[in-house]
Amino acid sequence: MALISKEEIRKPENLIYKKTPLLTDKPLSYCPGCGHGTAHRIVMEVLEEMGIQDKTIGIAPVGCSVLAYEFMNIDMQQAAHGRAPAVATAVKRLNPDKFVFTYQGDGDLAAIGTAETIHACNRGENIVIIFINNGIYGMTGGQMAPTTLPGMKSSTSPYGRDVHTMGNPLKITELIAQLPGTIYVTRQAVHTPGNVRKTKKAVRKAFENQKLNKGLSFVEIVSNCNSGWKMAPVKSNEWMVENMFPYYPLGDIKVNED
Amino acid sequence: MTEEIIIAGFGGQGVLSMGKILAYSGVMENKEVSWMPSYGPEMRGGTANVIVIISDERISSPIVNYFDTAIILNQQSMDKFEKTVKPGGVLIYDPNGITRHPERRDINIYTIEAADEASKVGLSKVFNMVVLGGFLKLKPIVQPEYVHKGLEKSLPRRHHALIPENEKAIQKGKEIIKAMHLLN
Amino acid sequence: MKELRLMKGNEAFAEAAIRAGADGYFGYPITPQSEVMEYLMAEKPHERTGMVVLQAESEVAAINMVYGGAACGKRVLTSSSSPGISLKQEGISYIAGAELPCVILNVVRGGPGLGTIQPSQSDYFQSTKGGGHGDYKLIVLAPSSVQEMADFARLGFDLAFKYRNPVLVLSDGAIGQMMEKVELDEQRPRFTEAEIISNTPWATTGKTIDRERNIVTSLDLDSGKQELHNLALQAKYREIEHNETRYEAISCDDAEYLIVAYGTSARLSQKAVDLLRAEGYKVGLLRPITLFPFPSAIIAKLAGQVKGILTVEMSAGQMIEDVRLAVGCRVKVEHFGRMGGIIPSPTEVVEAMHTKIIGG
Repeated sequence: MALISKEEIRKPENLIYKKTPLLTDKPLSYCPGCGHGTAHRIVMEVLEEMGIQDKTIGIAPVGCSVLAYEFMNIDMQQAAHGRAPAVATAVKRLNPDKFVFTYQGDGDLAAIGTAETIHACNRGENIVIIFINNGIYGMTGGQMAPTTLPGMKSSTSPYGRDVHTMGNPLKITELIAQLPGTIYVTRQAVHTPGNVRKTKKAVRKAFENQKLNKGLSFVEIVSNCNSGWKMAPVKSNEWMVENMFPYYPLGDIKVNED
Repeated sequence: MTEEIIIAGFGGQGVLSMGKILAYSGVMENKEVSWMPSYGPEMRGGTANVIVIISDERISSPIVNYFDTAIILNQQSMDKFEKTVKPGGVLIYDPNGITRHPERRDINIYTIEAADEASKVGLSKVFNMVVLGGFLKLKPIVQPEYVHKGLEKSLPRRHHALIPENEKAIQKGKEIIKAMHLLN
Repeated sequence: MKELRLMKGNEAFAEAAIRAGADGYFGYPITPQSEVMEYLMAEKPHERTGMVVLQAESEVAAINMVYGGAACGKRVLTSSSSPGISLKQEGISYIAGAELPCVILNVVRGGPGLGTIQPSQSDYFQSTKGGGHGDYKLIVLAPSSVQEMADFARLGFDLAFKYRNPVLVLSDGAIGQMMEKVELDEQRPRFTEAEIISNTPWATTGKTIDRERNIVTSLDLDSGKQELHNLALQAKYREIEHNETRYEAISCDDAEYLIVAYGTSARLSQKAVDLLRAEGYKVGLLRPITLFPFPSAIIAKLAGQVKGILTVEMSAGQMIEDVRLAVGCRVKVEHFGRMGGIIPSPTEVVEAMHTKIIGG
């Protein structure tokens, strides 16, 4: 195969990749190597492809993605820590023709917001929840999260998570899959092109479910936190595959087709 | 005219609804009214009471500590409210279940054997309306046509067939109320 | 044509909210205000107007539902009683910070802690001095009758949207539980989508190509911008003080003594004024209707006329601080109140006036 020159690459007919206009031009504030950027892009591409930018209201959490509204070019609300599913509940109930999603991290969704998560899922709110699980509080500087693995070090478990005194990692996704209100529950990742494609398919399915008024779709994305884990990006992805995936196995957990 | 009334008895005796029907009758006659219940856990099986005020003027306080009339339907309420009747005021009580009868001599005291009478004529569900009838005999502060309208407004539509029975009970109360002690 | 009914304060508030064109109610049961949601659920307002009523999993969730609905430009409300209102404070701070309109009803019960379920006015500080974190103010309306419970549901929405500010209706267990005559307004339609887009262009209604995206947030990590935001909030609060101070002056023209009281205490005090006047004392009653903004100017004016002022509150004395600030040591200001859910009687108020002010 002949090499292609820099000038050739830039020609429109050779363009095979472009940024979706549903992402703003603001540079992402996430650490280099973090999975958030890819996850943001996937959600925005799905909204673009479905042509629902003008009908979508996103709810940002507290955590690393507290500023998600800076990057997502849609109407957004910033919720109090853990309360995004409650906020989204009201937005959707009052605007049943709009598409509503929350974008939450593990501390937000599975610690402080556990009640709101479980009850929104149990009511079967017709919304999409995107759950980024990186097993740590990234924003506040690497403290232990509800999903931190046993023995894993963090700034508040400096000798490793002792499950006898600090509890076990919470498999919230398996937990909410038990609830009749959830229609689609899946766990994905974004560390390889193949996984990115699978995640995008899952997110698309989640929003299609909302379009069909089917109930609550929940997409967990297991992601890395190279800063919080104190690893180089590539190493952090390797560590994630070796340690996170055995505890949080990828794949669909619940798919209700009817 | 301002009439300040306390109605007190057991929860389940229809104390609050008697007050409501009286108050709604007042509304229908275009009077000012207030209905202030005791509320909380004591209502469930324990004592219940409600202050009803009916007036031709704007009602200042819905809560007062002395009453023109006390309607008393159990012993606890007798112990608590006998002393709250204004001198010269009226105390009406059903002697059924009363072990210590009122002792004051500066008020007018009436008895109404509503519980007995209601069960005798098969009107135990409208016991409270017998009592209300007794009160209205002494204090005709609202006219019968407005009591009728008050019943219509207070009772859910599905119970409107029972209005004649309620009115019969009110009439019965007017007949059976008895003076025990009257001031000159 | 207004409709006349005999209703509990809680029920009147709920019915008036429907008629004010509310889009959504989000609440959690607590005595003595559970009738609000019970009434709404029984009324099926969704069939009447399309209004949504939802029982949330907690007060915390309920206030955040209000945040979400308000951020969409909808007329939304919640109600609770003291312990539940404490739980809502974080959300109220966010709503104030994000400048969202909503109505919150507090049917106050005695505290602290689980306290009692009986009426109290011990949440005055929480209501008027902030409540949650940060420098913010709620517009605080204090009803003293069932009629005002109904009126303030609608007035609350109107003020909330006029100023993009949460409105707190500060009631108490007595006003919530008692029945009085109430004249109900006719049904006002809910906002249409077009009205929302034109009246509240900041609302999250979906980003169309003809405008920039709308973001509702209370966050700005840039301290300079956050200070500017705070300055703008303070300017708004000054404007509210200028425009919206409300009070009722009863028998104040010739008054030589004054009672200041709101809500249930104002009702008791009105009777006390009648009793004291019958004794020959020229006593007036100043009833603040807005607690923020507080009617300081009229109290300051009356302080130049009277020999002494008694504040009557069902608390250890909270509003008295604002009365004293307004009076500025020119005349004696004393407090009388009962706590723990006890409602003082009018005769107790008369006695307090004698011992603390007239003879004191």
